[in-house]
Amino acid sequence: MTSASPATVAPRPGRSRGRLSGGLRAAPYVFIAPFVALFVVFLVLPIVIAVYKSFFAVQRSGLGFGGGEEAFVGLDNYVQAFGNSEFLRSFGRVLLFGAVQVPVMLLIALALALLFDSAMVRGKKFFQLSVFLPYAVPSVVAALIWGFLYQPKVSPIVELLRGMGVDPQFLAPGTVMWSLVNVVIWSVTGVNMIIIFSSLQTVPREMYEAARIDGANELRLALQIKVPMIMPAVLLTTLFSIIGTLQLFNEPMTLRSITSNISGSYTPNMAIYQTTTLGGNLNLGSAMAVLLGIATMVLSIVLSAASNRKKGGAR
Amino acid sequence: MTAPTIVSGRPASTTPGKPPKPRTTAEGERPSRGARVIGWAVMIVTAVYFLVPVYWLIVASTKSTGDLFSTPGFWFADFHLFQNLADLTARDGGIFWRWLGNSVVYSGVGSILMTFICVITGYALAVYRFRGRSVVLGAVLGSMLVPQTVLAQPIYVLLVEIGLNNTMLGVLLPQLVYPFGVMLGFVFAGSAVPGEILEAARLDGAGEWRIFRSIASRLLSSGSVTILLFAFIGSWNSYMLPLLVLTDTRLQPVTVGLSGWSQAAITIPGLQTLVIIGALVSIIPIIVIFISLQRFWRSGLAAGGVRF
Repeated sequence: MTSASPATVAPRPGRSRGRLSGGLRAAPYVFIAPFVALFVVFLVLPIVIAVYKSFFAVQRSGLGFGGGEEAFVGLDNYVQAFGNSEFLRSFGRVLLFGAVQVPVMLLIALALALLFDSAMVRGKKFFQLSVFLPYAVPSVVAALIWGFLYQPKVSPIVELLRGMGVDPQFLAPGTVMWSLVNVVIWSVTGVNMIIIFSSLQTVPREMYEAARIDGANELRLALQIKVPMIMPAVLLTTLFSIIGTLQLFNEPMTLRSITSNISGSYTPNMAIYQTTTLGGNLNLGSAMAVLLGIATMVLSIVLSAASNRKKGGAR
Repeated sequence: MTAPTIVSGRPASTTPGKPPKPRTTAEGERPSRGARVIGWAVMIVTAVYFLVPVYWLIVASTKSTGDLFSTPGFWFADFHLFQNLADLTARDGGIFWRWLGNSVVYSGVGSILMTFICVITGYALAVYRFRGRSVVLGAVLGSMLVPQTVLAQPIYVLLVEIGLNNTMLGVLLPQLVYPFGVMLGFVFAGSAVPGEILEAARLDGAGEWRIFRSIASRLLSSGSVTILLFAFIGSWNSYMLPLLVLTDTRLQPVTVGLSGWSQAAITIPGLQTLVIIGALVSIIPIIVIFISLQRFWRSGLAAGGVRF
């Protein structure tokens, strides 16, 4: 039933949205209430508790277990986290990881998006779907699949390369990181390609015609007009990719089951997980999580500031 | 604080009926034969790279454990798929199907609730001007940059405090906070719900809830599917939080269960076949959803930029 009951008094026509009458005034608050409540409980509160917990430690009082009292220890947990060379090294590792993975992935995504936007390929729908399909594969499953493709006993790829006289070691100490880079590139290139492609589609077509009349060929058109026009989208995807890199967890955690060359504290999140669960030290784990949060925040602020400046310059 | 980069795309809801027409760069543009050959070559290499792992998974799922190690990986051997499925079902009293069911609950129920919350919040932020609006908008934008995994440990600590660790609710509730979805809802509502319709409905005496339920939610249905899709995929993919929170294997989602099997497979050789068939089964629902809802993710990405 959609007809409004005519008996009700028609409310004053709201001239402006500044003045709101009773129900109107309450409505937005009621509508946003569930989100705000959940936001406070599961986003703000965890952060507050993690920060609080990070200043405490369980003091072993006397004998036996279970007899632990939490006591304020100031910055002890942070000192301990900074003194943990494994934890610090995990940051260096993911930064190196990102320094390779993000540019390579974005270049592939950008090149594919430009190709899809040009008239050079037919069957765009199929190819776009095949590039994007890995997005539907959970990263744990992606890592499991690639894990099999890296293992000499099962992998047809290793077999193929051996047939060509190469003996690849995908899981050796020096190469396992690049194997991980490959898994992540496989998973996320499609999403980034679609974002860049979508933004290419919004570039006014007249710009291309003008350039063509001036005699620009397709390559120059792509590099000198298309790429600058979609820079904001590229920077946005860069930002999200780098933040994602810092959080790396699913893929290395999964690949750990087939190689001993990924340590339990290979990435910051893995170190946090290890300390919290196996180490049983919730407080130290919280301090480490706070540090990762701060690092993420600083990085994203620096990057968005840099990208804003770049955007300003490009216009 | 508004988001110029985020609102720049073409919103989904403006094309409710059919997908946005793919626009080639120009008519009359005819690439040379050489350019087309290069284009084809690049596309084929690309498609092979992105499809081969999934193809391998399909092939491997049809093999017995023995054939997995002894026959060429990229081609079929004796067809063993149904036996593998039977083994999968038999293992630990059908725990795999339980995991899959859990995933459906976490992601299905979770994403439906998530979508409702995102749409109604985004709608409220888009159509009303009220005190505190800019604070909420700012919080949504700011928290879009906070990845779920950075919160996993703190959420776990909170759940331990309130006694919800190792419960289904402990996994279900935290994921309902989905700022990216709220942002999408906000963008969609801003473009798909004209103010005049709301005014007209109010003149007819409709209350605000009724306007949302019978007018706005319909105008936003296409956008809602987009949010639902992203929420579902994101949730199906989630791993660190359930891994921390759930120690009872019977409550785990399929990602956690499978990775557990993968760890155990070092000592139990037959388990590898089950990891493979399980991985295949676990991605089938999501790939089906994904391909059948193509136009929605395309428009969603166009409108949003994305959080993985």
